[in-house]
Amino acid sequence: MDSVRSDEAAGRRIPVALKILIAGGFGVGKTTLVGAVSEIRPLQTEEVLTDASLGTDDLAGVETKGTTTVALDFGRITINDDLQVYLFGTPGQDRFWFLWDELAFGALGAIVLADTRRLADCFPSVDYFEQRGTPFIVGINCFDGARRYTMESVRRALDLDPDVPVVMCDARSRQSGKDVLIALVEHVAQRRGEPVPAG
Amino acid sequence: MSPDSPGPHHDWLDADAGPVVRPYTMTGGRVRPAAGAFDLVAFVVANPSPGSVRHLQPEHRAILTRAQEPISVAELAAHLDVALGVVRVLLGDLLAAGLIAMHEPPTSARFPHDDVLKAVVHGLRSL
Repeated sequence: MDSVRSDEAAGRRIPVALKILIAGGFGVGKTTLVGAVSEIRPLQTEEVLTDASLGTDDLAGVETKGTTTVALDFGRITINDDLQVYLFGTPGQDRFWFLWDELAFGALGAIVLADTRRLADCFPSVDYFEQRGTPFIVGINCFDGARRYTMESVRRALDLDPDVPVVMCDARSRQSGKDVLIALVEHVAQRRGEPVPAG
Repeated sequence: MSPDSPGPHHDWLDADAGPVVRPYTMTGGRVRPAAGAFDLVAFVVANPSPGSVRHLQPEHRAILTRAQEPISVAELAAHLDVALGVVRVLLGDLLAAGLIAMHEPPTSARFPHDDVLKAVVHGLRSL
């Protein structure tokens, strides 16, 4: 391990944590997926938006009450003594982009969960990761067991780049959740081998 | 801020203030940490034998107790049930006072070595 090394402090090993984001529309199963694969019960933390954290422009639509609370769900997987993976569910409301920026900073990649009955709900997530250059894959959550659309039609509807993997999954299933995570990490590794796209 | 008194005193907060404390009250209204960056997955470790901590706020002491073993900023906030921004201000106080050490994720973490990715895939498979 050359590029990521665990830290030593006073003889204690400090692991390195990788961040993976679970995105998608409201109610698509983000927290369910985090819970299915996390070794701990999903934890919730909050961020409080103040005028300071919102910045100066674009307060349109934000109530004048001064603070707003956003909940963040997350889980953890210990790979070994030196390596942990943190899974963060992204907040659904578009006006919390500043939190997305913090979550995406340094993130290994993202899983965009899609529900074919409400496919448009995941457009903002796909747009965001495309613009930011964060590696992502799309997981079609088939929790109702019905495959209403083919992966190819979903790919067309989302106008995905050809190299973005689309996988079927069941967010409630630990095995399925693991498979989606593996697909993402393999996609990250594969993308690395390719030249950086121009522009 | 002097090193031995992180955080302001809240002499004006008495029982009449009620059970609900607005989030940034416990930071004295400060929304930016005095020091440090505090990534969500940065690890916090309490420095050994910091001496007396009686002058600290309960929230500061709770962080030191939790951080006897390395703990991530996100988990700290979740366990203490305190908003992330508030935890960052409190961590900034403790860092400025030399009571904790912070271990930010390496800048290479976004582009880890292939060996790391292989280890993650292998680790996930064997869960």
